[in-house]
Amino acid sequence: MTLNANLISGRTAQQGANLEAKTSRAYFDACAYCELNSKDLEQLDVAEGDCLKVKTEFGEIVVFAKANNGNPQGLAFIPMGPWANAVLSPETHGCGMPGLKGVPAKIKRTKEKPLDMKSLMRSYREA
Amino acid sequence: MSEILIKNASVCDPFQGIDCEKMDLCIRNGKIVESVSSKAKVIDAKGRLTLAGGFDGHTHSAGKINVGRFMNPNDARRNPVPGLSGKVARTEKTRAQVGYNTPNTYAIGYRYAKLGYTTICEAAMPPLSARHTHEEFKEIPILDKMGLTLLGSNWQVMEYIRDKEPEKLAAYVAWALKASRGYGIKIVNPGGGEAWGWGRNVSGLYDPVPNFEVTPAEILTELGKANEKLNLPHSVHVHCNNLGHPGNYETTLETMKLFEKIKPSQKRQSLHVTHVQFNAYAGTSWRDFETGAPMVSDYINQAKHLTFDMGQLIFGPAVTMTADGPVEYANSRMLHEKWSNQDVELEDASGVVPLSYSPKSFVNAVQWAIGLELALLVKDPWKVMFTTDSPNGGSFVNYPEVVTYLMSAKKREEVYSGFSELALGKMVLPEIDRELSFSELAVMTRAIQSKMYGRPEKGKLTIGADADIAIYELVPEKIDPSVEHEKVKQAFSATAYTFKDGKLVVKEGNIEASPMGKTYWVNAEVPERVDSAMQKDLELKFKKYYTVSKSNYMVEDEYLPNPVEITTKGDF
Amino acid sequence: MPVIKNAVCSLCGCLCDDITVTVDEENKITKIENACILGHSKFQGMFEHERIETPMIRKAGKLVSVSYEEALETAAKILVNSKRTLSYGWCSTSCEAISKAIQLAEETGSLIDSTANVCHGPSALAAQEKGSPGATLGEIKNRADLIIFWGCNPVHAHPRHLSRYSSFSKGFFVPRGRKERKMLVIDVRKTDTAKLADKYVEIEQGADLLLITALRSIINGHEEVIPEKVAGVSKEELLELAKLMKEAKFLCVFFGMGVTQSRSKYKNGDGVASLISDLNQHTKAVMIGMRGHYNVTGFGQVATWETGFPMAIDFAKGYPYYNPGETGANDVLVREEVDAAIIAAADPGAHFPQKALRQLAKIPLIQIDPYANPTTELADVVFPTAVVGIEAEGSAYRMDAISIRMKKLIETKFKTDEEIAKDLIEKVRELKRG
Repeated sequence: MTLNANLISGRTAQQGANLEAKTSRAYFDACAYCELNSKDLEQLDVAEGDCLKVKTEFGEIVVFAKANNGNPQGLAFIPMGPWANAVLSPETHGCGMPGLKGVPAKIKRTKEKPLDMKSLMRSYREA
Repeated sequence: MSEILIKNASVCDPFQGIDCEKMDLCIRNGKIVESVSSKAKVIDAKGRLTLAGGFDGHTHSAGKINVGRFMNPNDARRNPVPGLSGKVARTEKTRAQVGYNTPNTYAIGYRYAKLGYTTICEAAMPPLSARHTHEEFKEIPILDKMGLTLLGSNWQVMEYIRDKEPEKLAAYVAWALKASRGYGIKIVNPGGGEAWGWGRNVSGLYDPVPNFEVTPAEILTELGKANEKLNLPHSVHVHCNNLGHPGNYETTLETMKLFEKIKPSQKRQSLHVTHVQFNAYAGTSWRDFETGAPMVSDYINQAKHLTFDMGQLIFGPAVTMTADGPVEYANSRMLHEKWSNQDVELEDASGVVPLSYSPKSFVNAVQWAIGLELALLVKDPWKVMFTTDSPNGGSFVNYPEVVTYLMSAKKREEVYSGFSELALGKMVLPEIDRELSFSELAVMTRAIQSKMYGRPEKGKLTIGADADIAIYELVPEKIDPSVEHEKVKQAFSATAYTFKDGKLVVKEGNIEASPMGKTYWVNAEVPERVDSAMQKDLELKFKKYYTVSKSNYMVEDEYLPNPVEITTKGDF
Repeated sequence: MPVIKNAVCSLCGCLCDDITVTVDEENKITKIENACILGHSKFQGMFEHERIETPMIRKAGKLVSVSYEEALETAAKILVNSKRTLSYGWCSTSCEAISKAIQLAEETGSLIDSTANVCHGPSALAAQEKGSPGATLGEIKNRADLIIFWGCNPVHAHPRHLSRYSSFSKGFFVPRGRKERKMLVIDVRKTDTAKLADKYVEIEQGADLLLITALRSIINGHEEVIPEKVAGVSKEELLELAKLMKEAKFLCVFFGMGVTQSRSKYKNGDGVASLISDLNQHTKAVMIGMRGHYNVTGFGQVATWETGFPMAIDFAKGYPYYNPGETGANDVLVREEVDAAIIAAADPGAHFPQKALRQLAKIPLIQIDPYANPTTELADVVFPTAVVGIEAEGSAYRMDAISIRMKKLIETKFKTDEEIAKDLIEKVRELKRG
C-alpha cells in the first residue's frame, strides 16, 4: 500500500530546542519522523514508531511514523531538518525559495531504519 | 600637529560679513586658526569660491530610510544624477555605492562630502528605534551627525500635558533625548501619530487626540516651553498638522502664531517649521489647489520668532518617508503605490511610500513652485533653510540643481515654461525675479544652521571654527550665475576640495579619505527631585506597556564611536 | 553569584529581553528565569551541546584540530582562489559581525545571502511589490482586539510570543488581555496554536492566495463574485471571516512559513499586504512576519543600509547586484555556480534541499559556528566561535525591526564571529598583496 500525500515541513518546539544540538539523539528523535493522520497510518498498516519510506521526485528518506490527527488526511509533515530536506524540492521558481512545503510524496511502510544525521550527511559527501 | 594653509580663497562667510573676498585660511588640528607655521601644507584655491562645510538641517538619512531602501530596491540602480547616484564599485578608498533617493550609508557620506556638506541632521528618530539610527550613523563616513527625537505623539508627553505637569514633561524630554542620544525635539503631525494607531488622524490644532484629552496646539506649545525650560540648543522642529492637504496653509499659520508667545532661551528661533512647501497649500481640494506661499511668506516676513525650511520638490522619482503615518497611507491609496508603515508603541507612527513627481502634473508643478516661492518671497535669508526634505521632495544629490533655481530666474523660467497654463495660473513664481547671491546661498546652506542648531563651531570660517571647508570649482567674479547656471550646477556638484576637521576628504570630486565623523547629542540636566518623580511614571510605562525593558531601551555608548555631548542646564 | 537581569535571549525572533540569568563562580549559568523551552535550551545548552572546541581542517576526509593561524590561512586561501564564493548565513550572530561579513564579501567579490533565503525571503519580495504595513509588537500588545496567526505556529516556534506580545498579553487599551482579544488561526493542519484559537480556519495546502483574494473581494464590496467554496473554505465562513476583520478595532496578521514557503510564495505576502491596505479603509490593520533566527531581521537591516539590498547580494562586479531567484543561495548552489562557500551562524546542512547540499559537499566550505551540526559534516575548514548573546555582546533586530543590544553573560575562550570575520579580511588583504 502506498499513500499519495502532500508533504510539508516546519518548525516544532523539540526541533527548535535542539537547534544547537544537532549531533544529539534528541535532535534525531525530534526530526527524523513523519506525521500523518492516524487514518492514513492505519491504511498503511503502520503503528507509531514503525518506519516509513517517503519518496518524492527529489529523493527518498526513511523516517519514523507518528500520528497527528491535527493533520487532515493526505497531509504529511516532517519537521524541518536534514531528513525532510532529503526529499523536498530544490526548485526556487525564480524567487530564491526552494519548495519546502507542498511536495507530492509517495509514502509506504518499510523495514529499513532512518539514517542518523552524520550518515545522512556523509551520503552527500560521497555522492 | 597637522597644518594647512589655503591661499587665495574667495571666501564667503555671512557670519563675518565677508562676501567673496580673497583671503587665506589657516588650519591647525582640525580648527581654523589665525596663522600657521612655514611647515604647513599649502593649497592654492586660485580664487575659487570657498565656504564653510554645508550643513543639512533636515534630511532622512538614517533609520526610516532603510525601509525605503528595503521596499524599493529599484532605486539602487537609478542613476539620474551621474557622479552622485547609481552603482559604483568599491575602490581602495571607498566602499561600494548604490542608489539615488535611498543610497546606502557609504554613498550618503561620500556624496554629501562631494557636495561640500560636512554635517547632517537626521530629521526623525523615534526613541525606541534610536539605536537603529545610530547604527546607520556609524556607517555613514565623513559627516558629523545629529538626530532629532520624535515626541509629538508620545504617551508620556501627552499625559504630562493633560495632567498639567510641565516640570515632569521637561524631565521626560531630557530623559528621552538622553535615551535616544538625540539633539532636539521633533514634532510630526502632533497627536496624529497616536490617532493613526486607530487608523485615524487629527484634523487641526484643536482636534483632540483620541483617548488622551489633549490637542495638537497643547502638544506644540507645551513641548515648545519644555524646550526652552531645558535650554536646548535647537528649538522645537515641527512638521505641521494637515501636511499635504489643500488649504493647509491656514494650519501652518496658526502653528506659527502659537509660538509668538514662547520666548526662546537661546539666541535663536523658538520654532522651526520644516518642509513648508508641503504645508503651504491654498484651495479646498486638488481641483482648486493653488499656492499658499504668499500668505505664509507674508507672515514670516513680519515674524521674528521662527525659521523654516523649503522642502523643495525635484521632478522624477522620490521616496516619501515620515512619522506622519496617515499621510503615507493616503499617498499610497491615492497614487496606487506600495505602502510601508511602522507604528511605534507609545511613541509615534511612520510610513514610507515611493512616488514620482512630474512637471506634467499640475499639482506637482505647483508644489515645485511653492518651495521656491517661499525661499524667494521671504526677504531675510536668515529665516530660510535650504532643503529638499531629502528624499521626500527629492534626493539631496539634486542640491546643485536647486541652487540654480535660486540663483537664476532664467533657469526657473526654463523649467516652468514647460508647465501647463492651469499650473501657471496657480502659482506666483513667474512674477518673482529675485536671484540669490552666493552670500545668501551660504546663509541658507550653512550659516543659518549654525545659529538654528546652536553650533557656533559650524557654518562659518572664523578663528576657532571647525575646519570644515568646501572649495567650489568657480571663481565668483568671473561668473554670472543668473546666466551661467549650468556652470554653477557643475561647480556645486563636486567640490575642488572638501575638508572635514582639517582633513582633506574630497579632491576634484574624488573621495580622498573617509574619517569617522562625530555624533552630537544633548544631555539636559534636570534636578534630581523632578527626575525621580518622572522616573516613577516612566517605570510604570515600561512595566506595563513597552515590550522592551527600560535598561535595554537606552542607547549605549557603543553606538556613538565619536560622541560630542552637549550639556545644558534646565531652569527649574 | 552575579544575577544578570534583562538579559536578551538570542534564539528566536521574539528576542525576549527580560531573562534573568544567574552565573556562578565557575563561569557557568546555573539558573535561567522567564525563558521558554527554546530559550532554556539556548542558555543551558551552552554546557550540554557539542561545542566545536578547536579550529579544524579536513585532512584525508577527517576533520582534525589545527591552530587558529593555520585555519585562517587555509580559509583565506580558499577565498582568494575562489572565482565565485557564496557567503551564507550570518543570522544567529550580531549586526556587528554581519557588517564585517558584508565587508569581507565586498572585498572578495563574493555573493552573500542570509537564512531568509529559506525563510522570509519571499516576504521581502512581497514588500518590494506592495510594501510592508507593520507596527512594533507593543502596538499589538496595547491595541489589538483581533490577532490572526496565518501559516505560523508560535506555540512551537515562538513560545513566548503569545504571552509577551500578542494573544495573552495585557496592554493599555486591552487591560484584560486574552478576554478582550479574538484569536484566529489560519493553517493547513490543526497546530497547537490553532487549539488555543477562538476560531480555526483550515485551508487547502498551497491555496493561501485564493483565500486572500476572496477576502479582499469581500472586503472591497464584491462578495457576489465569490464561489461557494474557496481554498476549502465555504463562502459562508469567508463572509464571517471578512466581517470579523472589518469589525475589529485593530487587527494584526502574524504570518509564517505557511505563507512564504507554500505555492505562490511571495505572491502570498503581496496579497496579505494588499489585504491589510484594503482593511485600513475600514479599520486599523497591520502585518508582522514571524522571523525565526533571532537576528535574521538584523541581517536584512544591516545588508540594506550597507548594500541597498536585504539578501542575495552579488559583489562579483564590485558593486552590489541583487536578483533573488538568480543570486539566492539555493539558486547558485543548485546551478553549481559557486566554487567555494563560507557559512556562519546558520546551518544549510540541515535546512537546504539535497541538490544544494550535493554542491556544498563538492566545493571547499568554511564554517564558523559554536556547535557541530550537519554543515560541519560537509565543511573543510571549521572555526569555533563564541555564542553571541551569551559569550559575546552585540546588536540584534527583533521580528518587528527593533534593535536590542545583547549582553555578554559569561567569559569565553572563543573568538567572536566579528573577530573571525575581521581576521579573514586582514588575511585576505595580506594574501592579495602577495
